[in-house]
Amino acid sequence: MADFDAIIVGSGCAGPMAAFELASRGKSVLVIERGNYCGAKNMSGGRLYTHPLREVFPNFASDAPLERRITHERISLMAPDANFTIDYTDQHMADPNHESHAVLRGRLDQWLATQAQDAGAEYINGIAVESLIKQGGRVAGVRAGEDEISAEVVLLCDGANSLLASQAVGTDPPSPAAMAVGIKEVIQLDPSVIQDRFHCGPGEGAAWLFVGDPTHGTTGGGFLYTNQDTLSVGLVATISDLMAAEVPIYQMLEDFKHHPALAPVLAGGTVVEHSGHMVAEGGYSAMPPLAADGVMLAGESALMVINAGYTVRGMDFALAAGTQAGRCATAALDAGDTSLAGLAGYRQALEDSFVLRDLKTLRRFPHFMENTPRMFNAYPQMVRDAMRAVFLLDGEPVKPLRKSLPPLAKKVGYLNLLRDALGGIRAL
Amino acid sequence: MKPITVNVDEYLALNRYQVDEQNAHIELAADPSPTEFAKLIRVCPAGLYRLDSAGQRSFDYAGCLECGTCRVACGSTIIAKWTNPAPSMGVEYRYG
Repeated sequence: MADFDAIIVGSGCAGPMAAFELASRGKSVLVIERGNYCGAKNMSGGRLYTHPLREVFPNFASDAPLERRITHERISLMAPDANFTIDYTDQHMADPNHESHAVLRGRLDQWLATQAQDAGAEYINGIAVESLIKQGGRVAGVRAGEDEISAEVVLLCDGANSLLASQAVGTDPPSPAAMAVGIKEVIQLDPSVIQDRFHCGPGEGAAWLFVGDPTHGTTGGGFLYTNQDTLSVGLVATISDLMAAEVPIYQMLEDFKHHPALAPVLAGGTVVEHSGHMVAEGGYSAMPPLAADGVMLAGESALMVINAGYTVRGMDFALAAGTQAGRCATAALDAGDTSLAGLAGYRQALEDSFVLRDLKTLRRFPHFMENTPRMFNAYPQMVRDAMRAVFLLDGEPVKPLRKSLPPLAKKVGYLNLLRDALGGIRAL
Repeated sequence: MKPITVNVDEYLALNRYQVDEQNAHIELAADPSPTEFAKLIRVCPAGLYRLDSAGQRSFDYAGCLECGTCRVACGSTIIAKWTNPAPSMGVEYRYG
């Protein structure tokens, strides 16, 4: 007889959702979280699409520690000396099904953990699981500190830097091309200043992604999310490309904050935290198996993240995958079979949900980004030059745009433009 | 590499840490390859891997953000050990 029905490693987004499902159905659940409090080791950009939260906690909006609801989507093509932005706002963003919020994980993850605890899950904080106990090839428990604790099923929800996933499902650690590093600073500003600068009301804000100069031309991009009284400002850069960059990533962030288009947005703000975290970038094709005998993976330990350029998603996948993993583990426990065959319903449930459907739909995008370096230098500069041709006047007779624009495309190469445009369309 | 103008230590000083003075949770190989070390200088968001003006290389785990980027970048080359910090140690994000 095992010590627990289920042990869950990690209490970020996936872990507490799984723990909630199991504990609500009367299973004995132990969650082991290495942070002294849940969220202490976690960082996201971040914006959370809340529909997977609503499904389980219909009243989450009244008590979850959410930051500003996103009412503006901004995308910028940033050249070293110019910036071109698209700003989209829509009343439909307020629909419960479409709603998204900026979040800070140091706060959100504590609330999620509380929901699992209230349902009956037991928690140990401040200790990392060092290895998995395996018996006859199947995962049978965990080792943490001096302790060995057994369980019928172990759920790995230990995030992008999982040290246990390869032990669980036998895959190699992710490659530097499949992972990116995120760096972020939280910058404090008066709420009314945030509202003025982002053209939004109290409790509302923006999600803003940048491509080009923020990463000094290497694969990746910049981001800015509005919290209640802070801004989350940072960069994500693919590790394999960053290794040969002209400056370290923390210098890139400093340069980004001082870009003439961003500096006035941050002016007067005080940096209150400097953080770093990995982000899975490989998409569907880089994902490991989601289960093996006695073990399941949910969230970023299974690399469930999409960076589609215009939006970055991971937390919504983790919440939904955690819920499905918890339900499937419950069913497997009831059936008395937590072998790989007994856990097979998990993958099927994700195949039927937005999680694996979306990851599959966008599976070509990481490859496209990686093979389109022009996205990160030539195109932002081409757009800048086109805007100059359109907007800048100096008293000289203007050239018709039909004459001034084609040479800009020629500089990049018509064939390159066509190939990249078609590649992008196919990937999305 | 272009010159570094930012003092990343000033930013790390804003974070909350429980530094484990007894145990290094990350260790480098004895004589790390300069080519591999150059990668770590660029990818570490805490700037823990440094090359000073005299060409001296240094590494200090104390400001680690526990992201694991160095492990992914150089886990098969010059990162000899990468574990999570000992119980209750390491960075504690207040915002995250």
